[in-house]
Formats: sequence, structure tokens, C-alpha cells
Amino acid sequence: MDLKSHISVKNLNVYYGAEHALKNINIDIPDRRITAIIGPSGCGKSTLLKSFNRLVDSIEGVKVTGEVSVDGENIYGPDVEITHIRKKMGLLSQRPFPLPMSIYDNVAYGPRIHGTKNRKVLDETVEKYLKIAHLWDEVKNRLNKPASKLSIGQQQRLCLARGLAVEPEIILGDEPTSALDPKSSRAIEERFMELKNDYTIVIVTHILRQAKRLADYVVFLYLGELIEHGPAREIFENPKEEMTKEYIKGIIS
Amino acid sequence: MFEKRIFIDRTAEKLTFLMASLSCILLVIIAWGLLKRSFPIMEEKSLADLLLTSSWKPLKGNFGFLPFIMGSLYVTAVAMMIAVPFSILTSIYLSEYAGRRIKNAAEPVIDLLAGIPSVVYGVWGILTVVPFVKYLAGLFGVFTTGYSVLSAGIVLAIMIFPIIINLSTEIFQSIPLELRNASLSLGATKWQTVKFVLIPKAMPGIIAAIVLGLSRAFGETMAVLMVAGNVAQTPGSLFDPAYPLPALIANNYGEMLSIPLYDSALLFAAFILLGIVLVFNIISKIILLRITRNTQ
Amino acid sequence: MDLRKTEENIFKGLMIASTLAIALCTGLILVTIFVKGFSALSIDMITQTPKGGFYLGKEGGILNAIAGSLYLASGATFLSFCMSMPVVVYMNVYAKRNSGFVSLVRFFLDIMSGIPSIVYGAFGFSIMLLLGLRASLLLGIISVAILIFPLMCRAIDEIFKMIPDELGDVSYSLGATKFETGFKVLVRQAMPGISTAILLSFGRAIGDAATVLFTAGFTDSLPGSLLRPIATLPLAVFFQLGTPVAEVKERAYASALILTIIVLAISIIARFLCRKFTVHIIK
Repeated sequence: MDLKSHISVKNLNVYYGAEHALKNINIDIPDRRITAIIGPSGCGKSTLLKSFNRLVDSIEGVKVTGEVSVDGENIYGPDVEITHIRKKMGLLSQRPFPLPMSIYDNVAYGPRIHGTKNRKVLDETVEKYLKIAHLWDEVKNRLNKPASKLSIGQQQRLCLARGLAVEPEIILGDEPTSALDPKSSRAIEERFMELKNDYTIVIVTHILRQAKRLADYVVFLYLGELIEHGPAREIFENPKEEMTKEYIKGIIS
Repeated sequence: MFEKRIFIDRTAEKLTFLMASLSCILLVIIAWGLLKRSFPIMEEKSLADLLLTSSWKPLKGNFGFLPFIMGSLYVTAVAMMIAVPFSILTSIYLSEYAGRRIKNAAEPVIDLLAGIPSVVYGVWGILTVVPFVKYLAGLFGVFTTGYSVLSAGIVLAIMIFPIIINLSTEIFQSIPLELRNASLSLGATKWQTVKFVLIPKAMPGIIAAIVLGLSRAFGETMAVLMVAGNVAQTPGSLFDPAYPLPALIANNYGEMLSIPLYDSALLFAAFILLGIVLVFNIISKIILLRITRNTQ
Repeated sequence: MDLRKTEENIFKGLMIASTLAIALCTGLILVTIFVKGFSALSIDMITQTPKGGFYLGKEGGILNAIAGSLYLASGATFLSFCMSMPVVVYMNVYAKRNSGFVSLVRFFLDIMSGIPSIVYGAFGFSIMLLLGLRASLLLGIISVAILIFPLMCRAIDEIFKMIPDELGDVSYSLGATKFETGFKVLVRQAMPGISTAILLSFGRAIGDAATVLFTAGFTDSLPGSLLRPIATLPLAVFFQLGTPVAEVKERAYASALILTIIVLAISIIARFLCRKFTVHIIK
């Protein structure tokens, strides 16, 4: 499988003060595929994900060395305008976090800050992305109601629509289904399967079966080290490293 | 490429940082402003002269602050003696014994007590506490107007109840439930658990709460001014009038410009007050910071 | 075994007694102020300014002080809010999480909030001397704003601290700047807390006497200009109480009642608003 790389990580190290959270990571995230980052909790999965849009460096004492290139541009470079990088990536967090405003304003927030003022354009954008997230039919009559009144599964789909509305190329999911019931989780997984033709998707998950269902490419991390990465089929059926084997069998977790 | 929103963001970052820095410097500015105005009197008199002599005759140029300092100390001491046992017992009751309904009822009462303006405390003191103290003194065969150390102490104690209660209740509630269960499962009674486990554990926090209350009592002005009697001599008993430092400053603002060095003397008093209160506040804050660091 | 029971009961009794005593004190204060105040309260008190001989028991009211206090407290609360928001936004949005500088600012604000109001008054007074100014509404507003600034700033700061980091991250990941995140997202999330903090600061500002004693002066006329002295309620109470005339003292009680009612109303509104503003808040 020959894959074009979208995010390319070179010699990435992340330190939280004295703690070495990510140790010399080198990977290429393939374009328009679903990549799953797996590994036991506390292994640095979320840190790796957040280093892709530089949310890691908002903490005092965090040091990042190495390179993360998106479309060939190093996002840790000196002249990078980080808001432009982040606009290229939508993020779905563990728990859905609707912004404290109406359903409509949640989706319109991104386009608005990036300069869309025209009400008609905004209306179309909101409708389009709520439809992609399969939420439109449930909310079309109450777009001005607070987003906090939605069920948690609906909130997560709203967050997906909100992320897509800034027209990103990449979707980052940080265990995006872990707070959801099975039905809502499936709804999110189905959206990912539909979206992967147009977007590069990177998800962190600790659910192996979810990774098997979704992923085209798998990255296995253990205690901040990259143990193995490769096409999903190879990793799951024929892992090269002993540690990966044990994790997949459920011996270490 | 110039983008307006990015420019706004960068500018706001600098401005907000400036404001945050200024808010630290504000304290220094206040202290310096008062100190600078106190220089004239400090050049005339030695510090020992000012702090340790008792003659207060501004017209003759005598500025002995001792009676006022002693007045403040007496009044504050009385207030603490009343406030500490009541507040601590109440906060133990509210955090360990009381049911949800009592807790919910107590919260607005304490907030209310904290919100009453000090002038209103003063009015209440004059209407209720002063006659009560006069009557009490009569029982001991002492004649007093009622405007006294005791009256000021009682009013101050009530004013600082909310500070000590709120902070120490918070401290008690931050103690993990497991610690209580461990003690109770060894067969200790609830009071024994409180006495041998919770109070020792909460001690630093309780001290911080008391010091904070103390600092508040020491600086309280209007209520004290209205009930303490304001006679410039070191009080000899609970029923004697006192003239605490804040009351001195507040009471003489009108005349201070007509008498030489008077304004400087009063701003010197304010500086001393600031210094003492800052020491208390810093001690209390450092204890509390230690506690939060240890529990994290 | 019995001894333990007895000790338990004694201390429990003491605790209940202290709690009751404190509740009783609160009740006693309110009852005293209401009973004494009501008997002297009249429509004239709140609709008239002092007429000639008011302080000797003749006609008039304290509208000057009510209006003055409302002007002063509103101005000071507004100014203090304008000072607080940038500091809060810096500490919670621009500064990195766990920054040492931010801890230092919080430490300074905390110790400043314990400084007695008479010290702020004296400081305001020394500024007056320095600039050769006279007591005025503006100086009163500035001094009281500085008095309530540390409290308000830390109160709003605590609200912002409770907002989960993820909410900010959500906004950043859409490409928002820190400014947009702070003022469009986090401020909304903090709104219930901010409104409570504003009201409580207003209550503190309107009740304060020691600061305005030096800086705002006193006058019998209604507030007209920022540069003229104004009357304030706490001082109206204090001055009327200082006269030997019985009617005037009675009016002092009524003024104290008016002040108490304002402060009570504010704290009730604050509790009510806190519930009402929570529609957008996710928990």
C-alpha cells in the first residue's frame, strides 16, 4: 500500500518539565485514511495528537523538539501563524464540549471568526455541516436553542459539524466515543467512515475493536515510545514486535 | 500578510500582560505613597518616639502612637477571644454534624453576615451592644458609658465570624472521607474522630483562617470608631474606652490639614496599619498555599 | 464508655449552641435595624434632599446620599470591572497553564484584598495631596474601585479557573485566537459567575465608608459633576448619628435601614441571577 503522507513527524520529543512524555517519534500519517493511535492509558497518545495542532504548548514547562510538518510546512517553525494551522484541523475531544451558545452559533462560530459575515452563507454552511453530521433533522426546528440542551450523543455530532465548518483537511479525534452510549458511538464511527474519502482522520482510542473497525493505519505507543506502526491489517494480524502482540492479545493494557 | 484579528490578539496579549503586572505593582504604589507622606514626621521624630510614647498632643507636636496601638491590640484580642471558639465550633458543626438542610440554611445567613456594611454594624452596636455592656458593667459595680473595649470586641467578633467560619469549613470539608471512616471503623466516636484526627489535620488551615480574621479585625474602622469610645489612653480594663489606630485615622481627617505634621502623622499610622495587616495576610496566604500544594 | 458519650454530647451541645448564637446574632441585627429604622422611615427620607436645618431635626431627606452612593458604587464597580477583565483574561487565557507569574499575581491580589478600606482611603487622600485635588465623586470612584478590584478580580478569576481547559482547546482547534476564545467563548461560559461577582462587589462598594470618608467628601446636594463632592449613605448614617438631636439620630437608623435593604436586595438578586444565567453552561 503506497500512501501519500499528510502529517509527517520527525524526531518529535515532548517534555512535561522533567517527564519525557514522547520519545523521539517518527511517523508519517497517510492522507485521506483513518489512522488509529493505540496503546495503554498514559502512554502519550493524547499528547501526540495534541502536538499535531500545538495544543500541547499551552502548558507551562512543556518543551517540544523536532518537527511536525503538515502539507510540508513545519508547524513548530518560527514564523508559523498557529491559528492558520489549527484551522486545517478539526478536533473531537473525549467529552463533547459545545460552546456556550446556541446550536446555530456553535457551527457558525468557526466561519464567523474566519471572516464570513453574510447571513445567507452562514445559514447554508450550518445546514450543510449539520447534515453531514446527521444532526440536521433532529435540530432544524430548534437551531436557536442552547447547545447544552442536546443529548450527549447529539452534542458530539454537533462538535463534529462545528469542526467541519471551518473546512479542515484533517480531523483529530481524542477518544471521541469514550463518553458516548453504544448507539451514539456507532453514529460517530459511521460518520468517520463516510468522511475518510475527503479528510485525513487521526483518532486516539483505547478500544482495540474500534481501531480494527475503523483504521487503515495503526500507530502503537507504549510509555511515550513508538513501538510499531503500519497498515492496520499488518499490525493486527502479523505484528512484528513482541510488545504489540501482547497488547493486541490483551496481556498488557 | 497582515490580518486584523491576529493583530488584535497580539495587542491584547501585551495590554493584558501590562494590566496584570500593574495589579502587582499597585500594592507597591500604595505602600510607597503612604510611606512618602510619612517622611516629614519620621524626619522629626525617631521611630521609638512615635511608637512607644503615649503623649498625643498634635497642637504641641507630640505624636505618641502607643495608646492607639494598644487600643487596637486590646480590641482585636477581645474580638479574637470571642470569635475563635464560636467560629471553630460552628464550622465543625456545619461540616461534620449538620444535615443538608441546616447547611443550606446556614449558608445564606453567613453570607448575609459578611455582607452587612460596617456602618450598619456600628449602628447596631450603639443600639444593642453598648447598652448591654453598660448593664453588664453595672452588675460588676463598674460605671461605664458602654463605649468600650468590650463593645468594640463583641461587634468585631461578629463581623469576623463569616471569614473564619467560611474558610475553616472549607478546610474541614477538604479532608478526605476515608480519614474519617478509618477512625470511625476503629470504634472512635464522632467527637473523638474530630478531636484526634480532623482538628490536627486541619490545624494549619484553622490557623490561617484565624490569622485572616485577626487581620480583618485589626483594620476594621467604622464599626469600631462608632462603639469603642475613642479616648486616647491605653485601656486598663474591658470596660474602659479605647482608641484603635483605624479609628484615629478616620476621626481626624477633617482637621489634619490645619495642624502641621498632623497629616503626615495620620498617614504614618495608615502605613503602620498597612504593614501589620500585610504581615498577617501574607502569613495566612502562605499557610493556605502550602496546604493546597500538599493536597494536590 | 459512658464518659465518651458524655464528652460527645457536651461538645455537640456546644457546637449547636455556637451555631444558634451566630444565627441569633444575625437575626438580632436585622430585627434591631428594621424595627428602629422603620419607625423613622418616611417618604420624605427617600425623595428629598436635606433642607435647611436638616441636621437639627428639620425637614428633608437623604436622597442626596442614596443617589450619591448609587453613582459612586456603579462607577467604582464599572471601573473595577474594566481593570479586572484584562487581568483575568491574561491569567486564564494568555498565560501558560501553571505559570509562575500568574501565581505571583494571584498572591498579590489575595493579600491586597485583605487591606483595610481605611488604608485605601488614606492612599486616596495622599494622592489628593500630591495632585492638589479636593474630594470628589471621581476620586471616590477611583479609590473605591481600587478597594474592590482585588476582590472582584479574584472572584472572576476563580470562575475562569473552573472552566475546563477543553473548552478553550475546542475554540483554539477551530483556529480562534486567544482573544476570540477569551472574549467570545470563555466570557459567556463564565457569565453567571461574573454577574454574581459584579453584584457582590457593588454591595461591598456601596457599604464602604472608610474609603469615601477621605476621598468623596460630603454634600447636601444631589450629585451633579464628577469633580464635585458627593454624599454617600454610610457617611449619612455616620454623620446623622453624630449629632445630639434625637430626630436626627432616628433618621440615622432609617438611613441604616435603607442601606441594609439595598445590600440585601443585591445579594438576593445575585443568588437569583446565578441560577438564571446557566442555560448555556454544560456540566
